[in-house]
Amino acid sequence: MNKLLKPAVFAASLMPFAWLLYGAFAGGLGPDPAKTVILQTGEWALRFLLLTLAVSPLRRISGWYWPMRLRRMLGLFAFFYACVHLASFCQFYTGWDAGRLLEELAERPYITVGALAWVLLLPLAITSTHAMQRRLGRNWRRLHRLVYPALLLACVHLAWQVRSDYGEALVYGVFAALLLGYRWFAGRRSRQ
Amino acid sequence: MPGRFKVPGIPSSEITPESVYLRRRQFIQAAGAIAAPGVLGLSAGASAAYVPGETALEYAPAAKGPLGYYTDEALTPRRDAASYNNFYEFGTGKTDPAAYAHEMTVDPWSIEVDGEVAKPGKLHLEDILSRYPLEERIYRLRCVEAWSMVIPWVGFPLSALLAEFQPTSKARYVAFRTLYRKGEMRGTRSFTSSLDWPYREGLRLDEAMHPLTLLAVGNYGKTLPNQHGAPLRLVVPWKYGYKSIKSIVRITLTEKQPATSWNMSQPREYGFYSNVNPNVDHPRWSQKHERRLPGSLFKPNRIETLMFNGYEEQVASLYAGMDLKKHY
Ligand code: HEM
Repeated sequence: MNKLLKPAVFAASLMPFAWLLYGAFAGGLGPDPAKTVILQTGEWALRFLLLTLAVSPLRRISGWYWPMRLRRMLGLFAFFYACVHLASFCQFYTGWDAGRLLEELAERPYITVGALAWVLLLPLAITSTHAMQRRLGRNWRRLHRLVYPALLLACVHLAWQVRSDYGEALVYGVFAALLLGYRWFAGRRSRQ
Repeated sequence: MPGRFKVPGIPSSEITPESVYLRRRQFIQAAGAIAAPGVLGLSAGASAAYVPGETALEYAPAAKGPLGYYTDEALTPRRDAASYNNFYEFGTGKTDPAAYAHEMTVDPWSIEVDGEVAKPGKLHLEDILSRYPLEERIYRLRCVEAWSMVIPWVGFPLSALLAEFQPTSKARYVAFRTLYRKGEMRGTRSFTSSLDWPYREGLRLDEAMHPLTLLAVGNYGKTLPNQHGAPLRLVVPWKYGYKSIKSIVRITLTEKQPATSWNMSQPREYGFYSNVNPNVDHPRWSQKHERRLPGSLFKPNRIETLMFNGYEEQVASLYAGMDLKKHY
């Protein structure tokens, strides 16, 4: 069980990507596959981000240690899906035209915010190794607090796209608020 | 609510000119022959044989030439067009309408025409299907979300219907309403939606009278499937898709510019005119390009968006002297 945990979660985390890949070849992504891929990868990036942030509350509340062993991997999957999301955007929406990419970034606030979220995740992914963790010491924890603003920006990125129905954004927002709220309360308690 | 949509008590032969009535018989026969042999003998009217998305229609082929009624661009396959729709009454996902629009009852159906007209009145489903000679129009459809399709509609010019009800000299705009029946439209039951139902759209009278402005009863040679706005919808090919209101139950001629749903929800993003215009961006989306559907990941089909969706020659004169950046 212990040995299987990580490979099993790894395989499960790849499923959405495998599903998209399969759909791309088998033509199962509908008439607008570009959009399907962008929406799906965006949502999975956000879901993994939420899962990553659920790890330490789960550990504290339950006392189990095993969730901690998954945290790095879940975080890296959040970044992985965010990268596929960004690459899809470049490929399908802007055709890798740098001018257009910059224009989108500058003119469309929801994209600016999504890009900022990605930029905040980048150093976290780079410093996710054990070696980096040791090298950075205390600063590693400080640096990795960037995940909180990244989550907030991702939620704003989602909410800003809403055409008329806030339902989905609200659900993600509530989860994000719970996870961030928990830390705030826990932090206050430990300082008292 | 469904009580409002009654079949007429008077036999339709008494209120319909004979020539029109005869054409309707042709439709019934054509429809009956295809839908089910059993309905042929029914006298209840055309609606007895009406199956959305299934009943074959009789119509004249799209006229080629400078009018814009035809394009030789590749048609979007019927299956794609019927599986990727925006019809928020049934949910905001692109596949929701195909999944849930069948819950809407479209037979019986009636449309009320009122406001600034000399002869206000009602049209019933059978009148809609048989009163006007049908023709095909192959139009580009450009959604404000930057995707597009090419769809062969079957219908008749809105001007033919309006002329019949005789707009008064005060009439300057035309307002449209979609059916609003909560029990059959799950999207309207969402509490987190900012759209106000029923869905409303509008045109200036000269836009409404333009020969390109079509009332469609079908596409791909058959009656409209519910997700495309059965039994009757508007198609205004030079405007963003949401102007082409679906499943119409009311047409009101007005003196003042009518309120429209998206404009009420987000006035800065959706103007009354909503002409396709690559030079005026939506605040959250660029309008310079579009994805012509179906796309594939290997060939995303990204093309440049044309002024007035390529109908500039036909419609630009409607907006002569107007600042289209201001009147978006
Ligand atoms: C440079 C970075 C990014 C760009 C350019 C970008 C772009 C986009 C675009 C264009 C869409 C909407 C597509 C459409 O409606 O047609 C979208 C949706 C979305 N993105 Fe991003 N994004 C970026 C980063 C991120 C990040 C870092 C996350 C999450 C961690 C994220 C999560 C989402 C989500 C959840 C959606 C909505 C999916 C849905 O509505 O189902 N994005 N993004």
